[in-house]
Amino acid sequence: MKCGVVTFPGSNCDQDCYHVLKSVMGQSTDMIFHKDTFFDDDFDLIVLPGGFSYGDYLRPGAIARFSPVMKSVKKAAKIGKLVLGICNGFQILVEANLLPGALLKNIDLKFHCHDVYIKVMNNDSPFTALYEKGEVVKMNIAHADGNYYADNETFDELERNSQIVFCYCDERGEINENCNPNGSVKNIAGICNVEGNILGLMPHPERCSEEILGSADGKRIFESIITYFERRYACDSRN
Amino acid sequence: MKVKVEVFFKEGVLDPQGKTVKNALQHLGYDEVDDVRVGKVFTLSLKTSDREAARKRVAQMCEKLLSNPVVETYSIDTVEETR
Amino acid sequence: MIAETELKLHGLSTEEYQRITEILGRDPNNVELGMYGAMWSEHCSYKNSKRVLKRFPTTGKRVIQGPGENAGIVDIGDNLVAVLKIESHNHPSAVEPFQGAATGVGGIIRDIFAMGARPLALLDSLRFGELDEPRVKYLFSGVVSGISHYGNCVGIPTVGGEVYFDSCYRDNPLVNVMCVGVANKKDIKLAKAVGVGNSVMLVGSSTGRDGIHGASFASEELSEDSESKRPSVQVGDPFMEKLLIEACLEASKKDFVLGVQDLGAAGLTSACCEAAARAGTGMDIDISLVPQREENMSPYEIMLSESQERMLLIVKRGYEEEVSKIFAKWDLHAVKIGTVTNDGMITVRKEGVKVAQVPAKSLTEGVPEVKRESSQPSYLKKTAVSVNTGINENPERIFLKLLGSPNLSSKRWVFEQYDHRVGTNTVVKPGSDAAVIRIKGTSKGIALTTDCNSLYCYLDPLEGGKQAVAEAARNIVVTGAEPIAITDCLNFGNPEDPEIFYQVEQCVEGISQAAEFLGIPVVSGNVSFYNESPQRTIFPTPVIGMIGLLENINERCETGFKDNGDIVVLLGEVQGSTEASEYLRYIHDVKAGKPPKINLLQEKKIQQLCLRAVREGVVKSAHDVSLGGLAVALAECCVIGKKGFKGNINCKNLDAALFGESPSRIVVSVSPKNVETLKLLAEQMQIRITVIGTVCESRMTLAFNSSVVIDLPLDEVIDVYENSLERRISAQ
Repeated sequence: MKCGVVTFPGSNCDQDCYHVLKSVMGQSTDMIFHKDTFFDDDFDLIVLPGGFSYGDYLRPGAIARFSPVMKSVKKAAKIGKLVLGICNGFQILVEANLLPGALLKNIDLKFHCHDVYIKVMNNDSPFTALYEKGEVVKMNIAHADGNYYADNETFDELERNSQIVFCYCDERGEINENCNPNGSVKNIAGICNVEGNILGLMPHPERCSEEILGSADGKRIFESIITYFERRYACDSRN
Repeated sequence: MKVKVEVFFKEGVLDPQGKTVKNALQHLGYDEVDDVRVGKVFTLSLKTSDREAARKRVAQMCEKLLSNPVVETYSIDTVEETR
Repeated sequence: MIAETELKLHGLSTEEYQRITEILGRDPNNVELGMYGAMWSEHCSYKNSKRVLKRFPTTGKRVIQGPGENAGIVDIGDNLVAVLKIESHNHPSAVEPFQGAATGVGGIIRDIFAMGARPLALLDSLRFGELDEPRVKYLFSGVVSGISHYGNCVGIPTVGGEVYFDSCYRDNPLVNVMCVGVANKKDIKLAKAVGVGNSVMLVGSSTGRDGIHGASFASEELSEDSESKRPSVQVGDPFMEKLLIEACLEASKKDFVLGVQDLGAAGLTSACCEAAARAGTGMDIDISLVPQREENMSPYEIMLSESQERMLLIVKRGYEEEVSKIFAKWDLHAVKIGTVTNDGMITVRKEGVKVAQVPAKSLTEGVPEVKRESSQPSYLKKTAVSVNTGINENPERIFLKLLGSPNLSSKRWVFEQYDHRVGTNTVVKPGSDAAVIRIKGTSKGIALTTDCNSLYCYLDPLEGGKQAVAEAARNIVVTGAEPIAITDCLNFGNPEDPEIFYQVEQCVEGISQAAEFLGIPVVSGNVSFYNESPQRTIFPTPVIGMIGLLENINERCETGFKDNGDIVVLLGEVQGSTEASEYLRYIHDVKAGKPPKINLLQEKKIQQLCLRAVREGVVKSAHDVSLGGLAVALAECCVIGKKGFKGNINCKNLDAALFGESPSRIVVSVSPKNVETLKLLAEQMQIRITVIGTVCESRMTLAFNSSVVIDLPLDEVIDVYENSLERRISAQ
């Protein structure tokens, strides 16, 4: 499997994602500079990492979405390659209209860096196949603009198409206002596109893939991706 | 010429900054304040004197970059001609 | 001759002006006067403190670079080095807390990556007045937001620090920021302008009129006028800084980049003269080549501007294009503004015409040393008395009051606004004794802390100085790390006042004695004077930033209790002293007494015992006992471990037992089968240890001479500790 991690000006978690993919998951991984483009088949997984691309100026992700690399990301997504947007990456995907909705300022206007519990709402995607449906996992969030917004129409569509992948919950899996760190509509923490090959989430799975850092619950996102790729590769090579 | 663009959240989108500012004003004794919306103002200095063309182009800029059409609206408020 | 009023504008005395004319052999022009004024300010020249700072122990087997460069460097093995420094940004934060704190973060980071090291962690040591005042809340929130804004955007985790509130800081908040980076030994570059004919390049932001006179501003006391000095406070751009970090680290790895110097206080002037003076060379620069963001800037303004996010590079002649390419990748300017010369002069030109010329070393070292008088403060006669208190209230209620007080309760409200996990290196997060970060590619870890008990320093500067070092080392040692270097930030009032200067001398003496005894060198630091207003002066506050090395990060030890049934043991004296304690200050509103004296030999032995016990796997948790005393320390072990405690302390005085503070004490928890081993180890080292209880579920119960005095559900202890600060701030 070939992985690519994009570096935008201001990306901070690009090296973290590279570390997880390369050193922890043992996958062939390249860094992709935002000014460069790539070919459709260059990568099986493209990661848009967390950080403050363009300082979050104007709106988080609003300028990064116009980087040359995004043309290649869009094309690769169209032909079914996997795209994972983490935190600022999620914001960029939404600004680029690769995912619906918008990410606004946290409702208390403060930056939040702490652990949260999230519930796996949909384990039918390449990113969550190794989780149980309804499973409660612990991950780290660190953001000031993670308040996911979708109007009623968009929200209904998300539900209809099973695009809601993660929701903030409490330790027992209850989804309520008290465990919503940023005001996201219906506690949404992560969504995918209709086809299921693009995932955007605010929590940082790359920070939760090694026990030494406090939790390894995020590792299964990467493991699910690898499993999906291996199965697909096995299918392809048989055909 | 100078063009002023204002960008605000659409009606119906929660504006927590606006709410916070409203509360602060009321605490300072200005209880006649009923609502506050916080937006952004962009002042664009353009190297053109064609008003109509400028307006059209600035509208494109708003649609494309300066506002997020999912949650924001914009108004191109003042078109001033400089000497 | 020049009018004294004009001299004052430049922050120069008549004696200093006289010296300048001697150096130059003529009167200085306006630009030159500005350059000397900024470089000879206290902030840049340390003229008041230089003599005293010589006392510090600055050498050791690991020391590669001591004080004098942008930052200190120590060897950590595996061909790696740690680079560290702490700096203050006090005066700007008092006037504009958000930007003052933000630019403080920016400045210290530049000192680290200028050396070729990637900054890996930040810590902030903050002090404010009493939190019930609206102005203090404003300063506090502003500073925390500023650090959050800058640190988060630039992508460096803020992993630790301290926050302390006392009325002495009301008008003069302290914002000290420490940064630590790691690099391969071969990648370290010192900021020396070597090689005659080599190019001097300016990179990063364009230059504006920000902060002109920032250096002299920091060297004055604050008054009502200070509000109108707001133009002297710079606005930082953390996005620009992030780009600078990436570009400079990339450039620094190249052979043709010989040195990198950041532009901090006194801007281009200080960057040029420091780089040249270190190499014994000179520079010839043309300010018309400097990218400017304002129109019609004068040579004076360009030389003294403190616009942020700019660096100076010394580049091998002929490689300017290569350097520009690296910076262009990140959409940054990189412009040649001059060349390295061999005349030892800083020659400033405008469009080729010379507008100023002064010897580089005269700017960095030429300031006439100021001899300050020192005399024992008269207040010591009133405060150095034995204070006896007794408990006249329910001890449990006092305990909860203390636990929920601003100085003792959890600072979660603060550090959850900082991204403390970016970089995926944070192994022990904020909220413990010391933070611990891992070094990828090795098994090593680095422990980091900042400490200072300023009340002790006020009541006994010598003791306070010693104990600041001892406490920092203890906080490092309880993680299992060996303390290896100190960076100090000395915050004091007006050094022209002999009583303040006495505090400076004594604190430095105390720090030096402890540092020598414990074998921890001072490798860098900062001095901030004039932290006072007409109404009040801060406590002497010498903040000790310290790092420690863990050879194997998996051998680290953490603060919280682990398992039911574990035995809780106190290493060191059982009874503390209430004199000079936080209990006395907060509950009885008394700032007096003689701080309990430290026995450095005892301290060293206890630290060695703890380290040995951790490394041999004998203890499961370890926590330093400091502010608040034993009851608070036990509560912290319970809260962090989410475990209860049941135990008993036998000694003379109740309040001294519960809330007294004494140095050289550590609380550990041990599995029952290891208690004997610990006892043997302690005996070997002749250290007194006392079993005080066991770890259990759901309640914290503490008895005194077998009478229960504290008996609380764990949930209540957790709630008071974790949530009190937020409640206090949200209260109108």
